[in-house]
Amino acid sequence: MTATHPSPGLARVPLSLTPTNRKEFVSDQEVRWCPGCGDYAVLAAFQTLMPKLGIRRENTVIVSGIGCSSRFPYYMDTYGLHSIHGRAPSIATGLALARPDLAVWVVTGDGDALSIGGNHLIHALRRNTNITILLFNNRIYGLTKGQHSPTSETGKVTKSSPVGSVDNPFNPVKLALGAEATFVARSLDSDRAHLTEVMTRAVQHRGASLVEIYQNCPIFNDGVFDGLKDVDSPAIIPLRHGEPIVFAGGTRTVVREPRSGQLSVVATDEVSDRHVVVHDEASDDVAQAMAVASLTDSHGLTQSPIGIFRAVDRPVHDDEARAQVHMPTAENRIRDLQTLVTGHDTWTTPAGTTAPAAAGNVNGNPTSTKTHPQEKHHGLTS
Amino acid sequence: MTTTPLDRVVIRFAGDSGDGMQLTGDRFTADAAALGNDFATLPNFPAEIRAPQGTIAGVSSFQLHFAGDDILTPGDRPDVLVAMNPASLKANIGDLRRDGLLIVDIHDFTKRNLAKVGYHSDPLTDGSLEDHELHAVDLTGLSVAAVAEFGLGRKDAARSKNMVALGVLTWLYSRPVDATIEFLEKKFAAQPAIRDANRAAYLAGYHYGETTEDFTVRYEVKPAPLAPGTYRQITGNKAMALGLMAGAATANLPLFLGAYPITPASDVLHELSRHKNHGVMTFQAEDEIAAIGAAMGASYAGHLGVTVTSGPGMALKSEFISLALMLEQPLVIVDVQRAGPSTGMPTKTEQADLLQSFFGRHGEAPVPILAARSAGDCFDVAVEATRIALIYRTPVIVLSDGYLANGSEPWSVPDLAALPAIEVNFATAPNSPDGKFLPYLRDGNLARALAVPGTPGLENRIGGIEKADGTGNVSYDPANHEHMVKLRQAKVDGIADSIPDLVVDDPSGEADVLVIGWGSTWGPIGATARRVRRKGRTVATVHLRHLNPFPSNLGDILRSYRRVIAPEMNLGQLALLLRAKYLVDVESYSRVRGLPISPSEFEADLTAIIDGKDTP
Repeated sequence: MTATHPSPGLARVPLSLTPTNRKEFVSDQEVRWCPGCGDYAVLAAFQTLMPKLGIRRENTVIVSGIGCSSRFPYYMDTYGLHSIHGRAPSIATGLALARPDLAVWVVTGDGDALSIGGNHLIHALRRNTNITILLFNNRIYGLTKGQHSPTSETGKVTKSSPVGSVDNPFNPVKLALGAEATFVARSLDSDRAHLTEVMTRAVQHRGASLVEIYQNCPIFNDGVFDGLKDVDSPAIIPLRHGEPIVFAGGTRTVVREPRSGQLSVVATDEVSDRHVVVHDEASDDVAQAMAVASLTDSHGLTQSPIGIFRAVDRPVHDDEARAQVHMPTAENRIRDLQTLVTGHDTWTTPAGTTAPAAAGNVNGNPTSTKTHPQEKHHGLTS
Repeated sequence: MTTTPLDRVVIRFAGDSGDGMQLTGDRFTADAAALGNDFATLPNFPAEIRAPQGTIAGVSSFQLHFAGDDILTPGDRPDVLVAMNPASLKANIGDLRRDGLLIVDIHDFTKRNLAKVGYHSDPLTDGSLEDHELHAVDLTGLSVAAVAEFGLGRKDAARSKNMVALGVLTWLYSRPVDATIEFLEKKFAAQPAIRDANRAAYLAGYHYGETTEDFTVRYEVKPAPLAPGTYRQITGNKAMALGLMAGAATANLPLFLGAYPITPASDVLHELSRHKNHGVMTFQAEDEIAAIGAAMGASYAGHLGVTVTSGPGMALKSEFISLALMLEQPLVIVDVQRAGPSTGMPTKTEQADLLQSFFGRHGEAPVPILAARSAGDCFDVAVEATRIALIYRTPVIVLSDGYLANGSEPWSVPDLAALPAIEVNFATAPNSPDGKFLPYLRDGNLARALAVPGTPGLENRIGGIEKADGTGNVSYDPANHEHMVKLRQAKVDGIADSIPDLVVDDPSGEADVLVIGWGSTWGPIGATARRVRRKGRTVATVHLRHLNPFPSNLGDILRSYRRVIAPEMNLGQLALLLRAKYLVDVESYSRVRGLPISPSEFEADLTAIIDGKDTP
């Protein structure tokens, strides 16, 4: 019996017999992102995280779609599949259904996951298939050279929106929560410690996990996350399970309005303690996580909660699907299938003879006394 | 009462969508099978689940051809028409043979219902049906009377009228009643009142035939001399599902189906979903794209990945098919064709997705294509598709169509132990001298090395970007791209070496006209050829299972005939391909009516061609 990882998310993934190191996870391919791209930081964090998980390198699969971030699998010395635009979650779903012994990662971007692949993302989350989705959100189309994306702010001036985009942006966290995703988190490329911690929690969660990673594109959207770069930035609302939501050096607090039940931000010295919201990532009701996610300023990012919004247990799609399937032993498989192929209603034509079938009367008695070579069988015919 | 022997009978049951015509037809077919008749069926129904009652649009029919010798098609002109209401009479009477037997349920022949379908006078009395042997019977009244004792409401009591009709026909064709009674007892075991009502109605119909003096003669169709063996009744969709299971089993791989519901392919999804205890995993995806995506993922994980769809779904899957051929990953894509374009006629048959299968992708994107010729043949084609997909590491397209999908025929049950094993040979060790694993290193079939995740030391990255031969690394090198484009084509072309030569059917050996077909035209072409030959003419036929690549001897065959005719349920797609590839003047014979080609019509046209009397 091979030892497997102790966490639920990797419970059937075998552990490496010998410790692995970061270098083993680095492929021989030259990394071709632009200098200064936030993707480098995520890749570095990921390559450091993998040996710490202790699972076998060969049991890790990274599936990606199309876009800058989707080149990610080429740079990891694991199994990797660089697929087509938006469809990575569907491939990952097939992989997870087929093989519980694999750690299945999806690497995707804001255009890939939220625009062309939006349908696959929400369905993977609603089913709760055991996959971990890293959504690199740079709020722009990079690989196609700078068009506005589904997370770009309204008014964004790009080559395809020269007088400003009129689209309203998605808040990816709210989209995931709307699909009742069981693990939803947000982190930043610039905070390696936090990113590593969140990705670790995500992969150890059994079910579909979504991590939105704010990621800087130095070429087409440089600096859009600058306001969140500093760990102590007053724009960051840090989420810690079981702790009151306070930020900006303790000067600002999230409270629930007694009448509407909505959350709002107030100066800490203006509230009594009983209204302060205590973050509860484990709440079954998605409403609070949704309210917390609504504190995001999806346009100017003057304010954004960072951390784990939701982490709850729900039956896992691929586990349930596999539980319904029973594979016969190799020797029984063909035998069972032969029974099925033969069916229950066969007739046999013997060599060289034919004769009329007996026409029966209402009582089913043959009216003909001729022999009856057409034998009707029920069940397997020898 | 005399019993007249007949060689063959074509019966069509026609009624409203809710009248149970498909069930009635299925039962009569099961009896034909049990009595050893050869048979072929053609269900024909509207796409709407409950179309407006009593309208032409809502007519559902089931045609059964059964015979004492082997037959190839469900027949074109019925000998017997059972019409359950004015709409079904109106929609089908034009097809009934002169002197054909016409049984009409008179119950719904009210002024209002007649007017609804455009009858200005009652056809039962105005003499317009005098060319046929009309039996006007109150089948609904018989049903209501027969089931009176079971305390059903009037509506439910009338619903057994299809069983009355079945009973009359059972008597007329000298069949025993026990199999249908046994069937009813099983089907309605949990609803004793319904069970008893149906049995009573069925026997009432049978007794009506016996006691009425309306029918002067009974008929009997003798068993057909089928080749020795064990037979069962099978539809194309069921055979397809079983064939995919058999293919996976002979390759010793789990079977994974990703599918999205679509007419007329959904029954393959339904069938495979029932066989989880045979190790089959099915996944109903959020859309057609995710269906093939999940199949792709399962294939990458080392399962046999399959997706099943129809034309509109094929269009959506095309980008994924391109990915599969770029990754050189095994995948089976089944297209149960229906009349298009766009939504077209979902429940009607057509074979117009051939060129889509060939060319419906961007770039140079060759994919092997197979087509089934009959319901039972769907099994063999599914096994063959599995072989090609796994051995050559390629997506394979399998073409069936709505006629094969729902039609049934007697099928000689195959011995699975006799199927040759498919050796998949996943890579287990590095394959280059320097100890590395090169995923695009190829074997003698030009098939690449496949390593399944979980195999230590063979970690590799593959993707849709052009890759360097051997290593599989991303490559934009011009010479490499040209090399890879040609390699992918050569691999598919090379499959021809593994498929048997075509055999021409020409009993005379003297024919100078060749009829070439593919897919479900096999039945109509074969039936037509027999009729033509019976009348003293010669004609050769050949039928394609492999459409890409074509069998190696096809060109030689085409060049050996004065004229080559290609009947297709499209505007000449195979003809176009053959003309382009072989520079032979292949003539298209085209019918696109959502129905199989009619043998009697084709017989007349083919006879004129053979006699040189056709007008071009």
